[in-house]
Amino acid sequence: MNSNSLPAPLPPVIEETSAGRAYKLKEFILFLRVHKLAAIGLSIIVILLIIAVIGPLISPYPDDAYKAVHLENKLLPPSWAHLFGTDELGRDLLTRTIYGTRLSFQIGISVILLSILIGIPYGLISGYFGGWVDNVMMRVCEVFLSFPSMLLSISIVALLGPSLNNMMLSIALSWWPWFARLMRSEAVAIKERGFVEAAKSMGVHPLVIIFRHIWPNSLSVIIVQISMAFGSVILTAASLSFLGLGAQPPTPEWGLIISTGRAYFLTNWWYVTFPGVFILLTVMAFNFLGDGLRDYLDPKTRNS
Amino acid sequence: MIRFIIKRLLLGLFVLAGVSVITFTVARVVPSDPAARWVGPRANAEQIAAARIELGLDKPLPQQYITYMKGLFTGDWGTSIRTHQPVLRELLSFLPSSLELILAGMLIAVVIGIPLGVISAVKKDSWIDQLTRTFSVGGVSIPTFWLGLILQLVFFRQLSLFPLGERVSTNTSLLYPIDNWTGFYLLDSLLQGNFDFFKDAALHLVLPALTMAAYPLGLVIRMIRSSMIDVLGEEHIRVLKAYGIPAWRRVFVYGLKNALGPTATSLGLTFAYALTSTFLIEAVFSWPGLGMYASQAILANDYPVTMAITFLVTVTYILINLLVDVVVAMLDPRIKLYQNA
Repeated sequence: MNSNSLPAPLPPVIEETSAGRAYKLKEFILFLRVHKLAAIGLSIIVILLIIAVIGPLISPYPDDAYKAVHLENKLLPPSWAHLFGTDELGRDLLTRTIYGTRLSFQIGISVILLSILIGIPYGLISGYFGGWVDNVMMRVCEVFLSFPSMLLSISIVALLGPSLNNMMLSIALSWWPWFARLMRSEAVAIKERGFVEAAKSMGVHPLVIIFRHIWPNSLSVIIVQISMAFGSVILTAASLSFLGLGAQPPTPEWGLIISTGRAYFLTNWWYVTFPGVFILLTVMAFNFLGDGLRDYLDPKTRNS
Repeated sequence: MIRFIIKRLLLGLFVLAGVSVITFTVARVVPSDPAARWVGPRANAEQIAAARIELGLDKPLPQQYITYMKGLFTGDWGTSIRTHQPVLRELLSFLPSSLELILAGMLIAVVIGIPLGVISAVKKDSWIDQLTRTFSVGGVSIPTFWLGLILQLVFFRQLSLFPLGERVSTNTSLLYPIDNWTGFYLLDSLLQGNFDFFKDAALHLVLPALTMAAYPLGLVIRMIRSSMIDVLGEEHIRVLKAYGIPAWRRVFVYGLKNALGPTATSLGLTFAYALTSTFLIEAVFSWPGLGMYASQAILANDYPVTMAITFLVTVTYILINLLVDVVVAMLDPRIKLYQNA
């Protein structure tokens, strides 16, 4: 069915010298200038990341992130004292949204790390050894890929019981096969190349070949996949929390804030609006960056 | 073609077996006692033990799995722990309402998405292209549940144009009731000539369908755009230009025909995504469908329903993917299915 079944030509391997690094940097800047949307995406990600890291320092009311109650301030519209307004317990929504950014990035990083930890070795082994090992391992992978990832996450978290950790585990369980399959196709392509053949003929141990030669050469493709996955993971996490299957009160998670806000939003518009804008911005930023990187690395669309 | 279909169906069976093993295992290793929930909180130990035998939970696991699989193929999909009703019958009663929502959303996505994608491809790299691409990424990035709430804020609260939720207002269903023929309200009311009901149901459908449309819309624009760019660069389109065929005919007749294949494939994939979106959209719009039934079951830890829904969505997903591949191959003689199967 795929018309482009030819393997994509591999990017040139650049030596890890200072000249090589300077070349890479120059090329990256050129990439950002051509792919403006990717540059916008990257800038938004950097800003959000800074907000996430220094969140406790810039939040106007750090105590409001979790359990504080100030009923005298409940459901105030946005003002200079509370830029995003307050919720039904009088907590500052800007503070909670900032802590939500922190939490979302933590969720994204943990889920992706976990999926990579399972998926990458799985794909490397499957692709490097080939034959029946590969066949069995890929069929297992296909079972996971054959139904919508969010449904898999929902079913797993439903059966394990709703909590933040179970939610992250369930999302990772639905994401690892994507990394495994990608890593496998990379391993299959790279193992045919000269330097791997040479290492083999010198009797280098297969595990050394896998982790020293194949893995570093497939980094760029993995990075694109991470960037595409990150937005999706954050969106899924917010959706599961909205359904009550993820983070539990009083955690300042975006989806959960919106879910609580549903009871009040028709008369207090600001309650659900701002956390949602943050989800949208984050997911869009990662999609812009991922799209740009994919175009850039795919020679088919590179010159179009 | 027949060989291809048989091969894919066999692969589908393999996938279903895998899915059933996963859900069955997870459902059984979870530390919760279905028997205790079956009889309710005030039951004594004897009643729980009796329920365990009634539900077959005293048998060894492999035997339970075989019973479960047999049931799947003979139409016995288990009994809901929450409502004590057969799961399959409940699922089927909620299905039409969700399908109506999904189909309406997909229709909106195709009707708006195809022209936008074509314009974007023709005016590549212009400001209109940049705008459409941003719109398309926005469509796939926007949190569905939030979009629903914002639409409610704007169109219900501010403009009072559309109702807040549910499939039809109570007044209408009492004053102009319809018989349940297919479960699709729009179809049923049209067939029965009940235009008051039709109008009310259509008004109720607008906001949920728009919410449902966002993701497929983003995807359709992207697919049409990228395949149109490929197609328009090909020689046979340039030859048409040399023959003096007008631009709109080149683009919309000759070009678009060749760009529809990949779009149909991705729409098929989206259908499964839409099935999971119903969980969120139906919660926001109090839409009595599959997704709402599923999320209530999930929150109540009703594992037979959770397993059945997973199974139903997987079956739908496999069948739709197969259907899309066959249809695309029938439309495009260049594709030979058996070679790649």
